[in-house]
Amino acid sequence: MLKGGVIMDVVTPEQALIAQEAGAVAVMALERIPADIRAAGGVARMSDLNLVQGIMDAVSIPVMAKVRIGHLGEARCLEQMGVDFIDESEVLTPADDKYHLPKQEYRIPFVCGARDLGEALRRISEGAAMIRSKGEAGSGNIVEAVRHMRTIRDGIATLAAAPPEELVAHARDLGASYELVAQVAQERKLPVVLFCAGGVSTPADAALMMSLGAEGIFVGSGIFKAAAITKNGKAEYDANGFPRVDPDIALSYAKAIVAATTHFEDAGAVVAASKALGGAKPMAGLDLRQLSPHELLSQRGA
Amino acid sequence: MPEAALVASAAPIGVLALQGDVAEHLAALQRIGVAALAVKTEAQLASVCGLILPGGESTTLIRLLHRFALAAPLVARIRAGLPVWGTCMGMIVLAHEVAELEQETLDVLDICVRRNAFGRQMASAEVALDIPVLGPEPFPAIFIRAPWVESLGAGVEVLASHGGHGVLVRQGSILASAFHPELTHDDRLHHYFLGMITPFALD
Repeated sequence: MLKGGVIMDVVTPEQALIAQEAGAVAVMALERIPADIRAAGGVARMSDLNLVQGIMDAVSIPVMAKVRIGHLGEARCLEQMGVDFIDESEVLTPADDKYHLPKQEYRIPFVCGARDLGEALRRISEGAAMIRSKGEAGSGNIVEAVRHMRTIRDGIATLAAAPPEELVAHARDLGASYELVAQVAQERKLPVVLFCAGGVSTPADAALMMSLGAEGIFVGSGIFKAAAITKNGKAEYDANGFPRVDPDIALSYAKAIVAATTHFEDAGAVVAASKALGGAKPMAGLDLRQLSPHELLSQRGA
Repeated sequence: MPEAALVASAAPIGVLALQGDVAEHLAALQRIGVAALAVKTEAQLASVCGLILPGGESTTLIRLLHRFALAAPLVARIRAGLPVWGTCMGMIVLAHEVAELEQETLDVLDICVRRNAFGRQMASAEVALDIPVLGPEPFPAIFIRAPWVESLGAGVEVLASHGGHGVLVRQGSILASAFHPELTHDDRLHHYFLGMITPFALD
């Protein structure tokens, strides 16, 4: 039901209302946006459940929330609360360094990140109902998302072109079941929806990812980082410790990302969206080659 | 172009493509051998002889219809007789009102719908649904966060019910289903909709 839409990371009910007004198809509740998680370090956990509840009460679009990889305690809480989707996410600090959640056992759908077809199929085997590229969250750099979308797509093309007798070996190499591999080879697509996430920060980024075959877009830090209120280059915080955001800029920016996603094939519409960022500048991005391996969120939970 | 002329001209059937299960409806239309068009602009809307409003997020879609200046021309064409079919979210968007919610709709179909009537996402299910107009064989109806018809006006005919509530209704040239026929390979409802556009096309 979310296809063709934009899912926006939000920290507070106020941000969720901005996302809904902008035309988001869903919001993702999390403790801090990825860029702030990256900057602050420490352990990133599931969002405060009072805030999740506040967000669920504030909007009528679906609410997703992130849990740490393998953290069944967090996942059962969100299931109990009746959120619409759980993101078992590498953006939070993993709780289990070996195993993901047995997602088949839950009554609630899950979305998981993947860098390649093998990861995607393993998550689907565990019960994921939706796959997103991992990209590199909070980086403002689209290169990893492009790499992951292309890698997943190339993996599917390889299976589709393979003669049937080679599929068992492909299944072994992908670490996925033969049945699932044969299904992907036959249908030439994943059995679940494939969204893009991780590093989308401009309308043109969103159009790029839709053109590469993404069925929708997650925007994490891109919107609310661009709309952050700063003083002498430093973020300002409100009384509750949340980064202050200019609501008008956030709304304009979010609308522009939605417009570029919907009309990604129409360059004129992407131009119009790119000119309507409410005076905001896209977030400063990171050169991923300057980061050390332990700083790369996409390496978590293969 | 007047409605009758568009129908006679073998114009494509459109699928509103701002958001939602667009590809599945386009594929179903292609399976039954009719030209299909993804509709994102007013010019595209003007060129179709029927329109499917797919499953998606209704709050989002209404906003996008206004943002991209499609709401007014769409309502005008529906009032002029354009055959339309709303599935799931599409039923909500076409309805007169939404029970217990202050939600804007296009208000062209005289029903009151209840959103997420069968429960939130976890209450999704496939049901063998009796739809007499499609014949004796039950239809594999997939309900996902589905609405149901809470109440309806005199001009609305209930074509199928589930759990005591209407889930497939028709009012003249407007059809609405609470479930997702595009997610199955049973194309009988797509054929039925085609019949609403060109009665002679039904075999």
